[in-house]
Amino acid sequence: MAVAEQRTSSQTSDEKSWHGIVLQALKRNDIRLVPYVPDRVLTTLIKNIHADPFFTTFPTAREEEAVGIVSGAWMGGMRGAVLMQTSGFATLANVLASLAIPYQIPLIMFVSERGTLGEFNYGQSLVCRTMRPVLDSLAMEHHTCTRLEEFEFIVDRSIKQAITTQAPVALILSPLLTGGKTFDK
Amino acid sequence: MNTATSLSARNTKVMNRFDLTSRLIRKLEHEEAVIGGIGNTNFDLWAAGHRPQNFYMLGSMGLAFPIALGVALAQPKRRIFALEGDGSLLMQLGSLSTIATLAPKNLTMVVMDNGVYQITGAQPTPAAAVADIVAIAVACGLVNSAWAADEEDFERLIDQSMSATGPTLIGVRIDDKPGVGTTRRDPVQIRERFMHGMGVREPL
Repeated sequence: MAVAEQRTSSQTSDEKSWHGIVLQALKRNDIRLVPYVPDRVLTTLIKNIHADPFFTTFPTAREEEAVGIVSGAWMGGMRGAVLMQTSGFATLANVLASLAIPYQIPLIMFVSERGTLGEFNYGQSLVCRTMRPVLDSLAMEHHTCTRLEEFEFIVDRSIKQAITTQAPVALILSPLLTGGKTFDK
Repeated sequence: MNTATSLSARNTKVMNRFDLTSRLIRKLEHEEAVIGGIGNTNFDLWAAGHRPQNFYMLGSMGLAFPIALGVALAQPKRRIFALEGDGSLLMQLGSLSTIATLAPKNLTMVVMDNGVYQITGAQPTPAAAVADIVAIAVACGLVNSAWAADEEDFERLIDQSMSATGPTLIGVRIDDKPGVGTTRRDPVQIRERFMHGMGVREPL
């Protein structure tokens, strides 16, 4: 009965959405701490994580700060993940190269991808082009998530791999998956 | 600019980083965590005597307080100290509001303020002549922030922070001396031993 009550129609559709898959994968892997710098595409995910008492979630002033927080929490025995957008990732090269990678911290990042597939701000499209070269230059694991049917597999396996190999991972949420941000004004 | 006036007008004694760090470490009896910011701050933490509960940063300037916040959230029953330089803190002032919002009562922050980037050649920070770090912290919502007048006052503020109902920030004015030791730069061992010290892992 309790299970049936939880499985309302909206929740079922949520679980099948990309953001529902992220939320469930975080819970399944005991990732409780979710600091973020917001993004329009991440709005529903952020709202749902706030609504779920399983999580400790809050905004930070910079993405780098959020990386520091989840790194400290990991060393204290609490798992975390950071939510951000592409331009936020562009501020992280220093902390990736001097904290997450050399200290072998399984930093899990969800990056909402802006700057491609319909971008309307030239600056965003330029900053987007810096993301994969930075990830590749540090030999970091990263996946660009485009298809809903593969998404749960990618998220769940990537979280587990990050933790067991003690290495960071970036999951890039393509507009093909999320719909992206569209030009509205 | 009124550098000379504003600095000499302060009633806080100019102290020494290694001495203050040693005074802090001598007080620790409950496996408290200590996070040392980059450069001289963690060099002096190392020199004050290595403990498994010490974490030494070898980069990521400005993240001592965010890292300490993470440890504090993960282990609410443990007291967490974070030592940070004034130049480092300037890189991450936003973190003060984050910490004020989350308000972990087990976090004590110490800002070692000499007004210079000592390790790069003692160039003054952009804030040195004009800004008051404790006033900034208070305005960020860290109401339990104070300058330590002298060593005795520093020890008193540290003691007080251990039973505080919210996070504490202590500003200390220090001289421009370099760190006394040099941390062994082995990030994996530093992290692994810290996790042993935090009781998160057993050694292999």
